[in-house]
Formats: sequence, structure tokens, C-alpha cells
Amino acid sequence: MSLFSFTRRKYTSTEKRNLKWALLFISPWLFGFVTYELYPLAASFYYSLNRYDLIRPPVFLGFNNYIELFTTDPNFPQVLINTLYYVGFGVPLGIFFAFLIANLLNQKIVGRTFFRGVIYMPAIVPAVASAMVWQYLMNVQFGAINGILRSMELPIIPFLSSPAWSKPSLILVLIWTQGAAVVIFLAALQDVPKSLYEAASLDGASAWQKMLNVTIPMVSPIILFNLITGFVAGFQEFTIPWLLTEGGPMNSTEFLLIFLYRSAFVNFRMGKASAVAWVILIIIVIFTAIMFRTSARWIYYGGES
Amino acid sequence: MTTAVQQQAGASRIKKTRKPLTVQSVLVEALKYSLLIPLTASFIFPIFWMFSSALKDDPQVFTIPPVLIPNPAFWENFIDAWNMLPFNTFAFNTIFRFVLPVTLITVVSSTVVAYGFAKIKWPGREFFFWLVLLTLMLPWAVKMVPVFLGLRYLNWLDTYYFWTVTALFGHPYFIFMLRQFFRSIPEDLSEAARIDGANELTILLRVILPLSKPALAVVALFRFLWAWNDYLGPKLFIRTQENYPLALGIDLLSSRADDVGRCVRCLPYLMAVSALVALPVIVMFFFAQRTFIEGINLTGTKG
Repeated sequence: MSLFSFTRRKYTSTEKRNLKWALLFISPWLFGFVTYELYPLAASFYYSLNRYDLIRPPVFLGFNNYIELFTTDPNFPQVLINTLYYVGFGVPLGIFFAFLIANLLNQKIVGRTFFRGVIYMPAIVPAVASAMVWQYLMNVQFGAINGILRSMELPIIPFLSSPAWSKPSLILVLIWTQGAAVVIFLAALQDVPKSLYEAASLDGASAWQKMLNVTIPMVSPIILFNLITGFVAGFQEFTIPWLLTEGGPMNSTEFLLIFLYRSAFVNFRMGKASAVAWVILIIIVIFTAIMFRTSARWIYYGGES
Repeated sequence: MTTAVQQQAGASRIKKTRKPLTVQSVLVEALKYSLLIPLTASFIFPIFWMFSSALKDDPQVFTIPPVLIPNPAFWENFIDAWNMLPFNTFAFNTIFRFVLPVTLITVVSSTVVAYGFAKIKWPGREFFFWLVLLTLMLPWAVKMVPVFLGLRYLNWLDTYYFWTVTALFGHPYFIFMLRQFFRSIPEDLSEAARIDGANELTILLRVILPLSKPALAVVALFRFLWAWNDYLGPKLFIRTQENYPLALGIDLLSSRADDVGRCVRCLPYLMAVSALVALPVIVMFFFAQRTFIEGINLTGTKG
């Protein structure tokens, strides 16, 4: 009958034992949550308010790092535009193609497992290896694609060496790695009850009308899921753009994470890099919030609200 | 009884009768495969090209139109490329200092944590699990600088401690996945063990784990894959060449190969090493395709 019995009922011995066990079981995560999630988040915000070059102690600047990014930094506006272009076109296009391919695979097809496997494979091949082969494929002088164009006496394409082509080229590689989305879509398509299609057929619906009124509404939660995970990953894409173009030509593929990397680990401006990190975080939060907010209008949750 | 059998026979006879072969249905079939085959071919082409180019010599690299299947094939490229840089060391670092420890530790820690969220009822469980989901959303970009500074402070730069120590915490993605899986195991089983006087650890080890092998395989497979393929992490935290994993080794070789034309078989060597690093993943995929697909769907559709 301690003080606590005023505010809350006393736990039974089973509840106490459960709590003890549960805390023991989740303690690794809890420790990680504090040291590896909460602390970095707080520290990142702290550093974003400072100037810190690893040699001299941090100097408090207030929001000057952010102000610098949006006013005097010569590259940051371009970086934002590059990233929004890459993510804004690349992710929806990737999802669109993944959806089309999944629908194709969802037909009666001999060897579906094989086709699905091949299309998924680029998603698991090490990104460094993929980057090497794409850099070679897209090379102007001896790349295979231009080799074919040349032998057909067509004009060559400066995939990675012209600012006009660099972003579309990277988007092409991004689409190539969307195999996981294809697999997820295919599973969702196979879960759509056959009875719905049969009912639609009885009503005389065309294939296009079935797609529009049955398939798309039924898999719309998966479209949302793929879009959100795609955006979150897209805003943090590093390996393939970095290895293919290193941000060039003429800063045309300098994306947010490449810019962050350069600020922190090339120019040793830890404060500025942290401010970039928070800009990325805020953009991701805003994008996700918009997607969820507007999703109520175009998502069908099978009777649940 | 007889009617049921007759009905069944009737049904199977109906199934066996083919649809009439109309011009339209043939066209649809043809269209399906004429879309699917080129599409699949273009997805596999870069990977095929990686292996094909690995077997070339320089004249074959620069031939126009491109040589699809090199003849003669230079199989020794694989060995020569591997010996261009200390790739044995890189492979050792990747496997024994990075991938294996991280995978093993992650499987154990994520299982333990997921059990705490799935099978024990305790006040605050929902709130804490909600925190797990929240950390799934936290971008790695935000952690990069503080983690780097932390590792620098601890003198852990240029080691693999970062990955092995954070593996101890369990990974939110896998905690989430395993929790969903554990919850699908009937409560009666653990309840029966409890009545027999088993404690939670015994229940996890004796009741839950034997039923969870497929889910654990998914966790191991994906953690293995992420570590094997990781480039940015080692790029930030691993400094000296003797500690490089394979991903950084390829990058190093590529920076040497940058002036193609001035070095012998640079491109074939680069492709050969890339192919050798990609090969275990491809082989694993062929043997464990079902586990891969299950894994994507477990984490994907339930997210």
C-alpha cells in the first residue's frame, strides 16, 4: 500500500513478472534506441546549429547554416532541384513500370517464376557492381549502347557526360533496380479476389475498365507503400549516382546525399552537413505526410476506414 | 457419393476442354510474350554484359558492333583481376569481420526483441512498438555525421565495431517482421509451456524458434545481402586499404582503371571483379528464391 496505489492499481505478480521479462527482452533495442537513434538525432540537430571542422571546438551559429544553404550557397538550390527532379520523376516512373510489369507477369504465363526472378535480380546485385557495368554500358566511346547505335549509324547518346542526359540516365538505372516493387505488386495482384473480375465481366466491363475499377483500387495501398518507401530511399540515394557521375557533369547529378557527403567528409563542414541532413529529414516528413493526407482520397482499404 | 464422384469427373472434363483457338487469343498470347521476353532480356542484359566483358581482351572491348560472346574467352581474367589488388584480404574482411558477425548477431538480437514485443503482455508495449516503427522512418542521412563523430571519439573508425555493436540492438525492420511472424503462432502453445512452468526464455527457445525457421532465414538472408552490398557505410568509416571490404576494393580498382586505353585489360578486370562479387548473391538467389520472395512480401505488404 505504497504511494503508487493512489495513482494506479497495483500490478499483479504475473504482470510484474511479465514486465520484468519484457524489459529484459527489449533491453538491447531500448539501449540502441537511446544511443543509436535518439542521441544521433539530437546531436545532428545540435551540430546543425554550429560551425564544426573537427579541429577547432564547435562554434554556435544559430540557424546560420540553414540560412547559408538557402541564400548564399552557390550549389544548394541546384542540388534541391536535381534531387526533386530525380525523385519526382524517377520514383513514380519506377513504380509505374513496376506496376505494368507485375500486371504482365500476373497473366497466365509459362515460366512466371523465372521471369520474376530475372526482373528482381538487379535489385540484389551489389550496387557497386551495377554501377561499374552501367558506367561501362553508357560510356560514350566504348559503351555497348553507343556501340550498337554507332553500328546502326545513329547518333550516339552522351548518357553520363552531358547535363541534359545525366539525370534521365540515372533514372533509367533507378527503374532497372525496382524489382522488389514488382514482386510486391505481383503478390498484391494475386491477392485480388477472382470473383471481382468475374462480376465485372458479367457486367460487360472491358479489360481497361477492370484495370481502372478493380485492379487499381484493390492494390492502391500497395501503390502508396511503394511510393513512400521509394521516396524515402530516393531522397537518400547515394551509391549509384556517386559512382556513375560523382555529382557531375556540371553539378547536374549533385543530389542531397552527395552534397551532404561532400560537405562533411570532403570539406569537413560537419555543421553544414548536419543542416543538410535535417533538410532531408524535413523533406521526407513533408512528402510522407502529404502522401498519407491525400491518400484517403485515392486509396481503397477494403471496407476499413 | 456416386453423384459427388460424377460431379467431380464432370468438372474435370469441363476443365480439360480447351478454349477454342481464335485469332484473337493467339494474338494476345503472342503480344504477351513479345513484350515479356525483350523486357526480361533488357533487365538481365547489364548482368550478362558484366560477365561477358569479364572474359574479353582489349581489342574485343573496343570492337564495334559490340561482341556479345567473346571468342576466345579469357578465363584467366578472373584470377589476374583478383590479384591486381589484395582482394583476398577484402574478401576476408567482408566475410569474417563484417557480413557473418553482423548477420548472426542481428538474427539473435532481433529475435529476442521481437519476442518481447510479440509474446509477452506488458503495459507500454504498444507505445514502445510504435517507437520501433518510428525509427524505421528515421533517415540514415541524419545519423551519418553524429555516428561518424561518435566512432571517431571511441577510436572505432577503420574497424567494423560500428556494425557489430549496432547489430546487438536488433534491427527495427526485422523486429517488426519477426513480431508479425511470432504473433501468427497460436498463443495456446506458449500458454501450455507456461503452465508447465517454462520461463519466457525457454518458451522462445523450445516453442517459438523451432516454428520460426523460415522467418529467421529471411532475416539472415536480407541482413547478409545488405552487408555484402553496403558501400556508403564502409566508405564513411573504413579508411585504410588493408581494412577495405569488397565494395571499396571494386571502387579502388575502378579509380585505377579510369584511364582506359592506357592500362591493359582494365575494363575486363573491373567487370571480372564486379562479377565475382555479384556471383555469390546471384547463386544464393537461385537457391533461395522462395525465401527472397517471401521476405519481400512479409515486409512489404504488411508495412
